[in-house]
Amino acid sequence: MSLKKVAQNQPKDFEFNKENLVIAERILKKYPEGKKKSAVMPLLYLAQRQNQNWIPLAAMKYIAKYLSITYINVYEVATFYSMYNLSPVGKYFVQVCTTSPCLIRGADKLVKICKEKISEKENKVTENGRCSWTEVECLGACVSAPMMQVNNDYYEDLDEKNTVKIIDSFMNDKPLKPGSYRGRKNTAPERNKDYKGDNHA
Amino acid sequence: MLKDENKIFKNLYNDLGWDIDSSLKRDDWKNTKEIISKGRDWIIDEVKKSELRGRGGAGFSTGLKWSFAPKKIGTRPHYLVINADESEPGTCKDRDILRFEPQKLIEGCLVAGFAVNAHSCYIYIRGEYYNEGQRLQEAIDQAYKKNFLGKNACDTGWDFDIHIHFGAGAYICGEETALLESIEGNKGQPRLKPPFPALVGLYGCPTIVNNVETVAVVPTILRRGAKWFASLGKPKNTGTKIFCISGNVNHPCNVEEEMGVPLKDLIEKHAGGVVGGWDNLLAVIPGGSSMPLLPKKVCDTLRMDFDTLIENKSGLGTAGVVVINKDQDILKCMTRIARFYKHESCGQCTPCREGSGWMWRILKRISNGDANISDVNLLADVTKQIEGHTICAFGEGSAWPVQGLLRHFRKEIERKCAGDPIIKKKIDVPYLVDQHLLEKDNA
Repeated sequence: MSLKKVAQNQPKDFEFNKENLVIAERILKKYPEGKKKSAVMPLLYLAQRQNQNWIPLAAMKYIAKYLSITYINVYEVATFYSMYNLSPVGKYFVQVCTTSPCLIRGADKLVKICKEKISEKENKVTENGRCSWTEVECLGACVSAPMMQVNNDYYEDLDEKNTVKIIDSFMNDKPLKPGSYRGRKNTAPERNKDYKGDNHA
Repeated sequence: MLKDENKIFKNLYNDLGWDIDSSLKRDDWKNTKEIISKGRDWIIDEVKKSELRGRGGAGFSTGLKWSFAPKKIGTRPHYLVINADESEPGTCKDRDILRFEPQKLIEGCLVAGFAVNAHSCYIYIRGEYYNEGQRLQEAIDQAYKKNFLGKNACDTGWDFDIHIHFGAGAYICGEETALLESIEGNKGQPRLKPPFPALVGLYGCPTIVNNVETVAVVPTILRRGAKWFASLGKPKNTGTKIFCISGNVNHPCNVEEEMGVPLKDLIEKHAGGVVGGWDNLLAVIPGGSSMPLLPKKVCDTLRMDFDTLIENKSGLGTAGVVVINKDQDILKCMTRIARFYKHESCGQCTPCREGSGWMWRILKRISNGDANISDVNLLADVTKQIEGHTICAFGEGSAWPVQGLLRHFRKEIERKCAGDPIIKKKIDVPYLVDQHLLEKDNA
């Protein structure tokens, strides 16, 4: 079971902005009448996006009121799912997949780079607020291992050199493009390229 | 090798374009109206005849599952739910279908929805697949524009709507009842079965839950006929399947192949062979991390289909083939898988919640060389305590890989457990403290 800690410093108030209120109404329409509770997950995402990629307790209370459900209903959902951040994360939130298929192809080297470049400990935001990192479980891109997810995007087929470059680019706030770093456009076998062990993380 | 003409997912590698106009050129949405006009009994019968088995892991007959849905809509509406919560380590096939073949899935939804009397469909995509979800939404919008969805969908007289619901990083939501709980806005904790979702599912209404790949192949089966599909593979294990080959291979890839393809062909012909040659192969996880691994000896002649793998005390699962060669520490790999299950247990049933942590801690101790020989038996015992004592199949999924490790690599493990009993050496091993969490300050 995963456990999450809630941030110490909490903002007092939270409200959806105008734009998000429109989106929230649209989300509610997806579910049958009287089943407003279903919208709790998409609304938590919405709150997370509005609040620099993390969800304060005030947002949970606000969503509970918005959906006419109890606060604990929202709280238990927010703490159960690992993608809801309950404390601040960096502007670029680096999530390194370290489950076996990635581990076999050198995910531990990516972790080492994150430790050196960002912070020794997971979930610690750098001083400039730009980066934080964490280990995550399988992200479902096993044939493009090793890989990491940064905010919504996948960076695939990484090696040590590329990872250093990518993380540096986040620290300088000039993010490199997501996608495969061996030039793959899909998950087809790379027939014409020779595999070199050292070319790989 | 599977002939190109028999491939269902012609755009698996996005050579032909994913948008609806390119899909139409590949015969998607061709005579959908005609298929649906033949009636639901014909559709279900044809799917039964094709012997299509669910591609999500359990391998249950799809036609049979659909026939469980009530024949007429009663007081409660019916729902179709598509499971795109692809989180099994080693599996990434659904991602390519969502990215590159979304119209196959959408058309399949309409046909399946009609067959089970559902007017609305929810596609549950894992939260990490944000971009894939946006792509699918775009594809759904395109289908609405062409009137393939919505009121009188595809001119069939059937109203049909598709909604996307994003998960948020919980592996357990791939279990069908946990998935339904999640859509209802609860924690993803599986429900007791029976009642099965086919009668009491989403919002208490009859619900059919299918994997992405299962639904996406249905339109092609109906167009080309059950006979054609059944002619591929072998009886009871028919058709084609997308295999994901990852790990220590030269060219990791997704590939569509016939059921029952030899594992060696998959690895050597498609994935460019094992790194260091076939003789450097140590073990293969044949169907995603929850299936027991198989040693090289078995892999030499193994054929990849549901029944052959069960005979070999493993399973096809999601067909995520993870290749492990001799350069890897097998114990380290399996310890990491045990940690995965410890992290992803939903915490509802005690044997799984506590047992998954026990397995991980014992394995970690063994790989650190702090264990003694009795720990091996303890580990075997813990797996037996979990298996069969939980609400959902997660218990088996977490126990089987460890059992597989013990079955095939016991000697290697015992060699590592040569140490004296812990009490004698006074090593501090906190049995009940979660060391993984201790390492994290702000977990």
